[in-house]
Amino acid sequence: MNILDMTAASLGAAIKKKEVTVMDAVRAVLEQIEETESTYHCYVTVDKEGAFRQAQEVQSKIDAGELTGPLAGVPVAIKDNMCTKGLLTTCSSKILGNFVPTYDSEAVRNLQKAGAVIIGKTNMDEFAMGSTTETSAFGVTKNPWNPNHVPGGSSGGSAAAVAAKECFYALGSDTGGSIRQPASFCGVVGLKPTYGTVSRYGLIAYASSLDQIGPLCKDVTDCATIMEVIASHDPKDSTSVKREDTDFTSALTDDVKGLKIGIPKDYFGEGLDPEVKDAVLKAAEVLKEKGAIVEEFDLSLAEYAIPAYYTIAAAEASSNLERFDGIKYGYRTEQYHGLHNMYKKSRSEGFGAEVKRRIMLGSFVLSSGYYDAYYLKALRVKALIKKAFDKAFAKYDVILGPVAPTTAPKLGESLSDPLKMYLGDIYTISVNLAGLPGMSVPCGVDSKGLPIGLQLIGDCFKEKNIIRAAYAYEQARGAFVRKEEN
Amino acid sequence: MGKQYETVIGLEVHVELATKTKIFCGCTTAFGGAPNTHTCPVCTGMPGSLPVLNRQVLAYAVAVGLATNCDITRYCKFDRKNYFYPDNPQNYQISQLYLPICRNGKVEIETENGKKAIGIHEIHMEEDAGKMLHDELDDYSLVDYNRSGVPLIEIVSEPDMRSAEEVIAYLEKLRMLIQYLGASDCKMQEGSMRADVNLSVREAGALEYGTRTEMKNLNSFSAITRAIAGETARQIDLIEAGEKVVQETRRWDDNVGKSYAMRSKEDAQDYRYFPDPDLVPIVVSDEFLQEIKGKQPEFREEKMARYKEEFDIPAYDIDIITGSKHMADLFEETVALGAQPKKVSNWLMVETLRLLKENNMDPEDIRFSPKNLAGLIKLTDAKAINSTVAKEVFEEMFKNDIDPEKYVEEKGLKTVNDEGALRKTVEEVIANNPQSVEDYRNGKEKAIGFLVGQTMKAMKGKADPSMVNQLLKELL
Repeated sequence: MNILDMTAASLGAAIKKKEVTVMDAVRAVLEQIEETESTYHCYVTVDKEGAFRQAQEVQSKIDAGELTGPLAGVPVAIKDNMCTKGLLTTCSSKILGNFVPTYDSEAVRNLQKAGAVIIGKTNMDEFAMGSTTETSAFGVTKNPWNPNHVPGGSSGGSAAAVAAKECFYALGSDTGGSIRQPASFCGVVGLKPTYGTVSRYGLIAYASSLDQIGPLCKDVTDCATIMEVIASHDPKDSTSVKREDTDFTSALTDDVKGLKIGIPKDYFGEGLDPEVKDAVLKAAEVLKEKGAIVEEFDLSLAEYAIPAYYTIAAAEASSNLERFDGIKYGYRTEQYHGLHNMYKKSRSEGFGAEVKRRIMLGSFVLSSGYYDAYYLKALRVKALIKKAFDKAFAKYDVILGPVAPTTAPKLGESLSDPLKMYLGDIYTISVNLAGLPGMSVPCGVDSKGLPIGLQLIGDCFKEKNIIRAAYAYEQARGAFVRKEEN
Repeated sequence: MGKQYETVIGLEVHVELATKTKIFCGCTTAFGGAPNTHTCPVCTGMPGSLPVLNRQVLAYAVAVGLATNCDITRYCKFDRKNYFYPDNPQNYQISQLYLPICRNGKVEIETENGKKAIGIHEIHMEEDAGKMLHDELDDYSLVDYNRSGVPLIEIVSEPDMRSAEEVIAYLEKLRMLIQYLGASDCKMQEGSMRADVNLSVREAGALEYGTRTEMKNLNSFSAITRAIAGETARQIDLIEAGEKVVQETRRWDDNVGKSYAMRSKEDAQDYRYFPDPDLVPIVVSDEFLQEIKGKQPEFREEKMARYKEEFDIPAYDIDIITGSKHMADLFEETVALGAQPKKVSNWLMVETLRLLKENNMDPEDIRFSPKNLAGLIKLTDAKAINSTVAKEVFEEMFKNDIDPEKYVEEKGLKTVNDEGALRKTVEEVIANNPQSVEDYRNGKEKAIGFLVGQTMKAMKGKADPSMVNQLLKELL
């Protein structure tokens, strides 16, 4: 078997059995990058030297029996908003174009402890603001299924790198769908865990109350395996939760008998592409045939999720991004007179249009006289959405729906109409507002040859329910192989 | 006769808490250190870093709230105050606006006009900023983040004070409570206690408040007193001249004795406060509250009353000793080691205060231990050293906290109680000073003083002067 066709878990097993060396795996990935990166542009930084160095270190630890985990020696790509000590971390923004962190994010540390080999940092929408990876200051990432289409975003580089076999798995971050939607567009598996499951320490914040790190990978087994490595209680993150139930691979049972699945009717209304709708409902049928109880219900409130999300996320972002001022690190304008002019010019030149739009929006909703009408009201909507989900999860184990209304749009189609782009997040953002786990699993290909994603949503701390459903579905579906069309 | 005016004053007092580490990270709060050495990704605002609350900050804030009769907010949050300035590494300060930890308290002050309650509007927790160093000549600025993230509480009073005297009494009261709690050393000169004065004037008897100004840069009680006088006069002059007081922040220059406008209400920034999403809300549990309540110390008033009951020392001494928690502890611990209260009090009131004054130190800076003070008193009680030697030993103890017994032993300072040796020395002194002997015998009583001095000198101070006196009289 070609090394590149292996999943992360199968490669890890092969390395353990000495069938493959870590260096073999690293070389295979670097060769693939050499070959296809110029087409897809998944990475901001490829750390070739670092990868070779890590490969040697990890191999000797494996040989010495110090590293025995399932992912030891497996090459991984990291979204460029997670700090990596000594390795450029840009958030795909000019303002951090020269930023080399002095410390590692906790999720990356957890990977390193498990023997992961970091290949590089993946491209993203600038500061994770966008749904196409087109707002990156360092070029557009293209969809490996069809390079005329976007990979989705904001973790588009991570999703595309997995799909293009330029890594074996990747970390992404999801604030409003930024793992699930690109996973859906690129035909890979993506999971946004329950808020608080993966430490945010070292994740450069977009919207702190919604951001969550998660895996993008080739199948559900990899997803559960990676989750067991990156989930941790971190005293450095006060929103980090101490969980006992992180044995995610125990849910890989191929048994959904009696699992109660709810299909929210409002997720299948106007705006949903019929091909996406058919594929998702077919997936529900598959689960039903395997013994799950599938019912339709009214979730409601979905329409309020978008304005609430963009209010809260923009408010937090406007404050989170204040530290990028050209003083301590990052980009500083060449010519300036006085402090305030330096701030103004550095930030005007350093941030892109979408980031500036959200900073302005966020500053506005927090400003005196508008705080109650916008920010506080959005928080109330957030609480109501959580309530609606609580009610649903009193009845169902899993909520099933589409990830996005359409498959991947063509390059350049989305940015001209930001409002339309925001509406594309309709099925994913309420999961972030309620802090729930949500997963995207490939469930078909449309007539254009682009992949379709199935979204499975669980109650807080119930990742195992959605992993169980996803795994059972995946077993029935069979292999999901990319065919590139031009 | 001109109109009568009343001054209305409220204070915002910042107190630096005495925690070992910063409010949101593990960096030390120790003073000094080369610039930017007491820092980490959190307190320098590095991308991706996150704050985590230091529990001791909450404990101190709650303790101060309880001591000032506040309601403790059982569900409270931190908010971000957004403004751009390089001393503030995130460009927002983590503070509390919507749900401060303490509200609605009061403290009682006493002035010449009697007792009065001063209301406390709220107490909130926040982080300090870094320090900017401006190089005017080379036209650049540097920033040191060693102070960034040092924990502060801000105590906001109601506008209940009417004179500088009341303001000082209120500040003294706060300082005393906080020092007793060990929550801060409250040194104004070093900036661990800072006060901003909100002041307005109105015609006597008026019900509405006048327009207020906020005065900053007040570094001592005397500066506060002068600033209040200055600002009151400035506002009255404006009103008398038919002009309006502008609501603004002013900076007091104590050298010139004048204040200058810094910014008016119109240029006030919109801080866009909102709850910090990086910090989970704080729930003050019953257990935590009980724990803090259980640890509240005996405050000054209670201590004064108890001293009056327990110890036979003057009211004046009690006032001075309890004026510093450290001195009161020293007093009590020394007494507990068996020293007589009056003697302990004497050492504190006379020699200690003298040395503090000479060295420009606060009672909080006293370094000698109760054990060594008790040891010294034991030596004098046993007449092992005379009072001159005792003072000398005390000075050394004050400086270096030496063990007096060891010190006296090593330096050979013990009083010579061997009458034979003393008698020999006295005889020598008599033989060597015929003139004084003559004078004394001729009725010049004073001459004996000289002979005592000569004997003490010959004994290198180690004799009991009363014994010398007695021997001289006997031999003459």
